[in-house]
Amino acid sequence: MYPKDLKYDCEHEWVKVEGGVAIIGISHFAQDQLGEVVYVDLPLAGDSVNAGESFGEIESVKSVSELFSPVTGEIVEVNDALGDAPEIVNEDPYGEGWMIKITMSDPSELDELMAVDEYEAFIAEEA
Amino acid sequence: MSHETKRTPLYEEHVALGARMVDFAGWDMPVQYAGIIEEHKAVRERVGIFDVAHMAEFRFFGFEAKNALQRIVANDLDKINVLGTALYSVMCDEDGGIIDDLIIYHTGDLEYLVIANASNRDTDWDWLTSHLPEDGVEAADESDRTALIAIQGPLALSVVSGLAGDGWEPPARFAIAEAVLDTIPVLVARTGYTGEDGVEVLCHSSHAAALWRALLSFPEVTPCGLGARDTLRLEMGYPLYGSDMDRGVDPVSAGLSWTLGLTKDDFIGRDAIVRIKERGPERKLVGLTVREGVPRHGFCVLHEGVEVGKVASGTFSPTLGHGIAMAYVPIDLASPGTELQIAIRRKTVAAVVMRPPFVKTTSLNASAS
Repeated sequence: MYPKDLKYDCEHEWVKVEGGVAIIGISHFAQDQLGEVVYVDLPLAGDSVNAGESFGEIESVKSVSELFSPVTGEIVEVNDALGDAPEIVNEDPYGEGWMIKITMSDPSELDELMAVDEYEAFIAEEA
Repeated sequence: MSHETKRTPLYEEHVALGARMVDFAGWDMPVQYAGIIEEHKAVRERVGIFDVAHMAEFRFFGFEAKNALQRIVANDLDKINVLGTALYSVMCDEDGGIIDDLIIYHTGDLEYLVIANASNRDTDWDWLTSHLPEDGVEAADESDRTALIAIQGPLALSVVSGLAGDGWEPPARFAIAEAVLDTIPVLVARTGYTGEDGVEVLCHSSHAAALWRALLSFPEVTPCGLGARDTLRLEMGYPLYGSDMDRGVDPVSAGLSWTLGLTKDDFIGRDAIVRIKERGPERKLVGLTVREGVPRHGFCVLHEGVEVGKVASGTFSPTLGHGIAMAYVPIDLASPGTELQIAIRRKTVAAVVMRPPFVKTTSLNASAS
């Protein structure tokens, strides 16, 4: 449920780094807590975002959560497919359910994030 | 839980089914099992069951029972003179403020059963009993010993029939009758809060779990939580006490004029309500649809950028695939088609006034003929 090659933050986003680009989404735990996702509000490609800042919102029938960026940089791509099919976030949170891609201005920020074993311990406490 | 919440007789069943439990009006209730949208669709397409045992049940018996209730509630009990029929009504204070909405069932000779909202149990009981005559009516709060399970959806009657056995005839719409379901003595009421055909079944609390399990033995039955109950009722535009109406709102503004028995002699709040009706309400509860985001309770409703009201109830409609809401707006902005906006946090989205129900076709329309 929590891939080993990802980094996680305490707001339940994950980051996967591919050639200097950070791909960001939300974890299995986050999508399960939210329930069926009905709306994802994402920024535009070209926007800048700082680590720890909100880059969008995600809504289920019952609740709404802010999406926080784990890293600083420029958003180079946004997953437009989530506009028509937000349920992909539930079905495939680490694959087709990704949200944004960022060219990182400070890759050292990744060191602040949790590895999978730390994240699993973190959610065991939250649950 | 940090404070004491009450549990229905089905609490253990919900936990065993893996329900997500929440505090609702002081009760530990299931908000969802598999997921709100899945449960919602199960009710629209097949059949869902809901634990609504937290609701309040009051019984009134005696030669003066009808006259006493006539003086308290706003609808006209002459509409349910036939034994076994039921009526939706509000009861109001002297200013026309809504104390609660109720269903009143004429369950027997000189006898009426009132089902009320869980959150208003004490208020309603005090109000009702303080307005009874000194003699002639016996009142009983049966809430603790009475369980209530709603069975709703196009296949609801076939499931109940399967438990009732050969020869069972469902009560007519808005009627109630005794039955025996799988050896359990019950009252079956052809009422509901989903817009689908179906029933609400009352039984003694000690039988609730057995009845719940018997219902779940049908593969077409899905257990449903309060989350789906809310999206289903909101798609139909059924108002919810506490969100869409309260003591500060009169039934005319709440769109409940059709429930008022204004031809009967008198009832509490009648004069105030007649005045509001003659003058015309200043604001009205309307339906709103949005194409973007999910409107929720308390969000601002705007007209040309100026705040004109607040969202009373809002959600994502699983059937329609977009946001829907109910809101009180000034009467000159209440006509269907009026273009308003809702402030959804950082964004302002277009909202169009429409007359509920938001979902027009259900098994209820199909069986109404």
